[in-house]
Amino acid sequence: MNITGKNKIIQIKGLIFDYVQDETGETKRAVNDVTFDIERGSFTAIIGQNGSGKSTLAKSMNALLIPTEGTVIVNGYDTTDEEHLWDVRQSAGMVFQNPDNQIVSSIVEDDVAFGPENLGIDPEVIRQRVDTALESVRMGKYKKKAPHMLSGGQKQRIAIAGVVAMKPQCIIFDEPTAMLDPKGRKDIMRIIHDLNAEGITAILITHFMEEAANADRIIIMNKGKAVMDGTPREVFMDRDRLVSLSLDVPLAVELRHGLAARGIDLSDDIVTEEELVEAVCRYM
Amino acid sequence: MIRDITLGQYFAGESWVHRLDPRTKIIVSLTYIVALFILHTFIGFAFAAIALAVVIALSKVPIKFILRGLKPIFLIIVFTFVLNMFMYKGDPLWHFWFLTITKQGLYKAVFMAVRLVLLIIGSSMLTLTTRPISLTDGIESLLKPLAKLGVPAHELAMMMTIALRFIPTLLEETDKIMKAQQARGADFESGNILNRAKNLIPILVPLFISAFRIAQDMAMAMEARCYRGGEHRTRMNAMHYGKSDAAAFILTILFVAACVCERIFIA
Repeated sequence: MNITGKNKIIQIKGLIFDYVQDETGETKRAVNDVTFDIERGSFTAIIGQNGSGKSTLAKSMNALLIPTEGTVIVNGYDTTDEEHLWDVRQSAGMVFQNPDNQIVSSIVEDDVAFGPENLGIDPEVIRQRVDTALESVRMGKYKKKAPHMLSGGQKQRIAIAGVVAMKPQCIIFDEPTAMLDPKGRKDIMRIIHDLNAEGITAILITHFMEEAANADRIIIMNKGKAVMDGTPREVFMDRDRLVSLSLDVPLAVELRHGLAARGIDLSDDIVTEEELVEAVCRYM
Repeated sequence: MIRDITLGQYFAGESWVHRLDPRTKIIVSLTYIVALFILHTFIGFAFAAIALAVVIALSKVPIKFILRGLKPIFLIIVFTFVLNMFMYKGDPLWHFWFLTITKQGLYKAVFMAVRLVLLIIGSSMLTLTTRPISLTDGIESLLKPLAKLGVPAHELAMMMTIALRFIPTLLEETDKIMKAQQARGADFESGNILNRAKNLIPILVPLFISAFRIAQDMAMAMEARCYRGGEHRTRMNAMHYGKSDAAAFILTILFVAACVCERIFIA
């Protein structure tokens, strides 16, 4: 264990966040005492139903929301520290759900340049970063196009490029695929994995179990609390727990469970479809 | 069909005029408009028209495209012409009931119409050859010196940029809402004007709500990308004046000098 937390990009400790309801002044607790750290370079999926607090959690990691209680430390900067607000946002970029509502300019490359321009970087360097960022999301040939002529998946790739161009150490994806068609969804997931392979820490907020299957770690949120935390294998194996949280169970796990109910016992640690096929073949 | 709308009346091209710095084009267009008010004879207008024709030829924008831009203004030109023709006192040429056309009136009417046409074509050359987004950048840069006097130059430009970006999005949104309301039996096509205006309310209310929601999302996304106003901000496409701009400015100065001479020396 590293005590100074140097290899932790994000450290969340006892995070509580209350929303104030406008008219009544009553508060609603969205995140209730969550504690976890995120390793540098890792790929973490945060899964939960609507209203589980996962989006609030995401916005807390970018200082868009300031904790009611507890602390969030991003790349060594406390998010409550006004002085380092921009360092926090530059370290942890964020991609939102609706690609339309996060694109600023009517020319693709100008939009990608928006972030670096805000950071006050030299024009030549910005140009370089924009080109590399667009290449990394495979949108290089669209750089002079107007965003409204592109598909949802392409727009989301532009939004990702806009964050990549700011050279963040960590990117928080807040349900980036929720509004996309299956093809767009696949493209985005591939790009997230590519970026992670290049060393960017990825935090994926989603409610699709299958998107989380290839993550290093899954955190499951329910009613503002982090209820499960582990590798996909550890999480998926606990079928009864997933069902009680009304989350999807991967097909292989569900099938093994069904077979077990009919007296065909396969080994307990089957999570992927390949493992299931192999186990079934061996059984026969 | 909504996806194909062109913003403003930009005519895509790579001509010498297109490549000029947007600031140059803004200054030159404004100067041209002022010069049109210095001129006071038809000889002067002929000169201004030739100058404009040269610019049009250089810009390679088809005449048809330019004339199409005149269409919505046509009524105003006709109205000014008729008003001037009848309202001027002088030697009568033609008389019927209370209407009198005078020689001076006719002269003035043609004079004003020519000035108006040159004015409109002249200023539309700016929007025809400059992308809306470059125009915004140009305006921001030209207004920057006024920022010290409290003119929010950067904020104005950012507002224009975002407005341009969201015109297609809001049009799509309108289309979606209209279809949704029509599917539930709303009728936008029949009835008198008052009724039709009333029927627009079920479109406008959701549209406004959706616009506010988009604005909120947008503000958050901009903050997440470290937007903090115009200070400390750099631009990827920094504008700089080139040789062509210098040439354009010299020609403009010569043009203005000629216009001033016309005012002084031609009676």
